Amino acid sequence: MADKITLGYTHLSGCTGCTVALADNYAGLLTLLDKYVDLKYMPTLADARHVQKVDVSFVEGSVCINDKLAVQELKETREKSTIVVALGGCACYGNITRFSRGGQQNQPAHEAYLPIGDLIKVDVFIPGCAPTPQMIRNVAVMAYLLLKGTKEQKDLATAFLTPLMKLTEKNEACFCELMTQVINQGLCMGCGTCVAACPVNAITMEYGKPNGERDLCIKCGACYSQCPRSWFSFDVVENYEAINEAIMAALQ
Amino acid sequence: MGAELGKYKSCVSARSTDKELLKCAQDGGIVSSLFAFALDEGIIDGAIVAATKEFAAKNPSKVILDSTNFDMIEPWRPIPAIVNTKAELLAAAGTKYNISPNVALLKEATRSFGLDKVGIVGTPCQMQAVRKAQLYPIGMRDVGASIALAVGIFCMENFPYQSILQLVEDHAAMKLESVKKMEIGKGKFWVYGKRGQVVQLPLKVTHKYEQPGCHVCLDYVANLGDISTGSVGSPDGWSTVFVRSKIGDSVWAKAMAAGVFETQPIEKVKPGLELVSKLANEKITKNKATLEARKTFGVGKALRNPYI
Repeated sequence: MADKITLGYTHLSGCTGCTVALADNYAGLLTLLDKYVDLKYMPTLADARHVQKVDVSFVEGSVCINDKLAVQELKETREKSTIVVALGGCACYGNITRFSRGGQQNQPAHEAYLPIGDLIKVDVFIPGCAPTPQMIRNVAVMAYLLLKGTKEQKDLATAFLTPLMKLTEKNEACFCELMTQVINQGLCMGCGTCVAACPVNAITMEYGKPNGERDLCIKCGACYSQCPRSWFSFDVVENYEAINEAIMAALQ
Repeated sequence: MGAELGKYKSCVSARSTDKELLKCAQDGGIVSSLFAFALDEGIIDGAIVAATKEFAAKNPSKVILDSTNFDMIEPWRPIPAIVNTKAELLAAAGTKYNISPNVALLKEATRSFGLDKVGIVGTPCQMQAVRKAQLYPIGMRDVGASIALAVGIFCMENFPYQSILQLVEDHAAMKLESVKKMEIGKGKFWVYGKRGQVVQLPLKVTHKYEQPGCHVCLDYVANLGDISTGSVGSPDGWSTVFVRSKIGDSVWAKAMAAGVFETQPIEKVKPGLELVSKLANEKITKNKATLEARKTFGVGKALRNPYI
């Protein structure tokens, strides 16, 4: 189909959990591939593995700066993609790879890992470990509308994606972001969202405010991004019903 | 009256027709009745509500008590709980006046509690959190589509637990465990004792105990609930109800058809929507001023604005 967008998937130092999350859209993924997206290359789900020229590329994993091939693939991804999406906590913030000190088999000298935004310009973040199938789906549909939609759909997609674009301004996030950007800023009202969002149950509510067990935190950034007081767009969220319906209709 | 009341399909003054339930209810028993009806009809298979220590002691499998020492939990400290029956609903009914982190249970409700159709009640900010979680499910895998009924409650501001402790024990000079009900209405904070005593505090006293995080909130009537409700605008013992979404409309119509509520047209009751609108505008104006002041809070340095 001529009006599909082209998509690539670059896999760096990630555990394939993001790939699995993408695949966990099940029939939704097939509809996406049928109607909207032409998957040009992807190590696990496509035959072609090498970076090609595409509209949108997802990057899973952080980048090991001791691994020449990884650095080269990342740079090539940037050069050949219109939009680069950092998919998952590792690509956005380093996530669990932040704790690496090297010494592991079979590449003990691979010790230094950076979020991809430290080496290239990234356009959109999808934080979380793993990112959720529904979030990947929503961003994929919005990316399609942004590139191929009507004027109205482009506006909607822009409004939807703007907060995720703004997230790219900072490559560090962990529970500390909740402290420094929400609680310290006098914005926390104790709704409990961060507790539910945390994939490792590191957050509990103590007397109405989140308390992070920082030794458990893997630095995925889910708590901060899910928080209604990290960023909130009335224009988008007040139309939640229509947007949800549009996304579901697109996947029929 | 306009944007301050949010989008809604219909608005009425209502109260539950269930006399037994009304005895435990804060006002018109709207939230409890709606959830009881939705549970009966299979619209939801469980609801996240704000319970207390007494509830948690009787129903330990309905709450998640993390690292907290149970003996340390004080009276009137809200504990989010999953209720599956009307009896459990009634045991948890009533406003606690300090925020219950209900959204904290949202994911777990669909996991270890095994719910496919979740009901949740919450403040306007919690409704915002729920809708953000549906549109941007960053850490909420497989949760969005399970939210079957979100009921919002009107909220001017909320208090941290320690503020309630100080208001009740220091200002109203009552022990928290002897309190039967708390209420804000008619410009006062009311504390009702179990022995029948009543203490009222002017809101001037309570203001400094409010949660600071509430002062940037621009929603009074839970614009993003499927249905939102609160006492303001309706006569004593009744509640004002906004039906907002398609889901809300469908559930409300079924509940009305089943005779769960008696209603009066909102235009016919005193003080009516005008008061709701006035208070909503007051809240929004005051908090917009707070957001404005945050822009120039330091010397050439702003405090963060969460709204994009």
